[in-house]
Amino acid sequence: MSWKKALIPLACVPVIILLAYGFWTDPRAIPSPLVQKPAPDFKIAVFDGGEMSLDSLKGKPVVLNFWASWCYPACYEEAPLLESTWRKYKEQGLTMVGVAIQDKEANAREFMRRFKFTFPNGPDPGSKISIDYGVYGVPETYFIDRQGRIAYKHVGVLTPALMEANLRAILKGG
Amino acid sequence: MIATLGGFTLFLALGVTVYAGAASVVGARQGREDWLASSRNAVLAHFCLVTLAIFLLEYALITSDFSLRYVANNSTRGSLTRYKIAGLWGSLEGSILLWEWLQSLFAALVVARYSDRGPSGSRPLTPYVTTVLQGISVFFLSLMAFGVNPFARIFPVPPDGRGLNPLLEVTDMLIHPLLLYLGYVGFSVPYAFAMAALITGRPTEEWLRITRRWTVVAWLLLTGGIFYGGWWSYRTLGWGGYWAWDPVENASFMPWLTGTAFIHSVMIQERKRMLKVWNLVLIILTFSLVIFGTFLTRSGILGSVHAFADGPVGAMFLAFLSLVLLFSFALVAYRSDHLKGRGELDSLVSRESTFLLNNLVLVGICFTVFLGTVFPLLSEALRGNKISVGAPYFNKVSVPLGMALLLLMGVGPLIAWGRASLNNLRRNFLKPALAAVALTAALYLLGMGRAEVLAVFLFSFFVIGTIVFEFVVATRTRARTTGEGMGAAFATLLLRSRRRYGGLIVHLGVVIAVIGIAVSSVYKVEREQTLKPGESMSVGRYGIRFDELAAGERPTHVLVWATLTAFKDGTPLRELTPGQRFYPNQQSPFASVDARYHLTEDLYVILSAFERDGSAATIKVIINPMISWIWIGGVVILLGVLVAVLPERRLALLTVRAKAQAA
Repeated sequence: MSWKKALIPLACVPVIILLAYGFWTDPRAIPSPLVQKPAPDFKIAVFDGGEMSLDSLKGKPVVLNFWASWCYPACYEEAPLLESTWRKYKEQGLTMVGVAIQDKEANAREFMRRFKFTFPNGPDPGSKISIDYGVYGVPETYFIDRQGRIAYKHVGVLTPALMEANLRAILKGG
Repeated sequence: MIATLGGFTLFLALGVTVYAGAASVVGARQGREDWLASSRNAVLAHFCLVTLAIFLLEYALITSDFSLRYVANNSTRGSLTRYKIAGLWGSLEGSILLWEWLQSLFAALVVARYSDRGPSGSRPLTPYVTTVLQGISVFFLSLMAFGVNPFARIFPVPPDGRGLNPLLEVTDMLIHPLLLYLGYVGFSVPYAFAMAALITGRPTEEWLRITRRWTVVAWLLLTGGIFYGGWWSYRTLGWGGYWAWDPVENASFMPWLTGTAFIHSVMIQERKRMLKVWNLVLIILTFSLVIFGTFLTRSGILGSVHAFADGPVGAMFLAFLSLVLLFSFALVAYRSDHLKGRGELDSLVSRESTFLLNNLVLVGICFTVFLGTVFPLLSEALRGNKISVGAPYFNKVSVPLGMALLLLMGVGPLIAWGRASLNNLRRNFLKPALAAVALTAALYLLGMGRAEVLAVFLFSFFVIGTIVFEFVVATRTRARTTGEGMGAAFATLLLRSRRRYGGLIVHLGVVIAVIGIAVSSVYKVEREQTLKPGESMSVGRYGIRFDELAAGERPTHVLVWATLTAFKDGTPLRELTPGQRFYPNQQSPFASVDARYHLTEDLYVILSAFERDGSAATIKVIINPMISWIWIGGVVILLGVLVAVLPERRLALLTVRAKAQAA
């Protein structure tokens, strides 16, 4: 077979390579355009009373977590890590804020009781905060640095290692 | 027990299949009839073994033998027996087994049909056809033996299984996947004949003639599967649509497009001995796209509502797809000297060139759909950013091409071969064109203002005009020359040129479906409103009153439904009860749609949300005009194909009856 004829079957090779490349990608991993951009401000009415806004936290590193009591099992798996991280790092100036999205207040409170949440949590009426942050699904976590920029966004359950690594990054420079 | 037996059966089948394929080649090379006979027996044994495997898995499913992981994942004790049976194709392992069973069935049919007494010309090809078909089976059997074993055990044995996804526990589940698989597997037969023709160095018109009926039937099954899927999605998924350009839908659409192109272009080769390479490329593409589609579904490389399962399957499918592409195109290249046809067209105004144009448009649509489907991958590979390609892209590129196709559908069947004279054009197209313009103008005067819909109607009327015109003229001529009555003349015509008139009926069905698609997508009205009991909303000429909310236990789920009364122009029409189904093992509820299906428009209602105390319900109302024409079009296509492929005897009965009536 001459080399010209060999070109006919070889024309398929790029397509095959492209499809094979697909194995190294994850269609569910969607990068956020907000990463490295200033985090949108929000106001939240905390379940335990009082109000909180991101503006008032300027200069502090913030972990912003979106959860829901109906998000089983993912949020139930992640909840203990959130609480233990908060207890471990609050002395170092970390603020952790939980946002219960599309949740009934009674169910959300039950969820907080179950995991003994001591960090501030609040509802998101009208999904305003979720829309500003482009939340794709629960759980979802945003790491906001001292300059108020989103340093990292994670979709799905956080692992202790990921939590640790990203916390280090935003705790720096204090 | 079943696990051991099942696993053993699959390995045995694999061995037998490898032997059948090899013995066939040896027999053909050395002219040894005994080897060929042995190979044929092995093909039949292969079919029996896979049938046994199917029975074993079905037995396990029906008797709820949860020691098999597949049964535990796809069946529960509480399911109805028919859904236990449907569990066979409820997920990956079983679907592969079903596919392989159909593959072995088709191979057995081919061997039975084309062995000794087969039509002339098929004999030299059959051994290699057997080899190619067995090769495909070897892939599917290896997939099960080394990748996804449907007979894998689970320990400890769970007390009850997880059951099918509730969306799949519907009667449609018994039909839609089967049709698609039959269509997919059906295309492997013409593919195998094409490969055999290349291997034996006889890429003439023989393989086309032999496989014509196989191709048309495979096309029908695939078409049926696609239409049925749309109909199912429309009635049950509760979003008011039937097609979403999801990667898996595209996966069934792409081989349909190339398959359709193939059915048309073979006519040119049969008549004019042109396009030899093109036809080979089309059938290779069709078969490759079938495998590609399954690869997409099973590999998890693209996000899709249908896709499931990661694991080794994706890689194995890609390896097979690569093998098919490289092997097939290498054969085409190797035999390219045999494939020189008559090169040039006599005239641009001829049936050949119209068909060629039709092929280019079909393949063009296929390419744009392919590009849109893999574009997220391409973009990530080349530029590193994730994007998703949605319905707007697909609609934008396929609508104009689809319009071109519609117009060609009117021209193609009637324009003369070779070189169409002005006289031929005038005789065949002037009246239909004038009628189409007049009817479209009438629609415009009646208030249909949207240009794109008017264009669809203009072309559709033209196509219908040419078809009706052709039928009337031919029937009248025949009645006059033979003295038969019009009915008898019509029936004889259908019988004499079944392929031609069956094809025209298929075109009629396509036009009917296209009208349904155009009108329903442009004139769709949608409205959502939250109502308190006793309150009403109005949508177009319809009024919807929310009467009450109720809930009740069903055998497998809890159903919450709203009772609505529909009005048209103020007069009560009927009660509608859309609802939501809550399943114990599922996080979110499933819609339970209610609708008033009608020839002119469907009134489609969904319960979007509700207050638990029954104080309010959010109702979504969609008016889909003429959407049922899509399904009617599907039925007409079915009839047309039946006319084209049914054996002579059946149709002869029809004519006899018509003649008896006339006498």
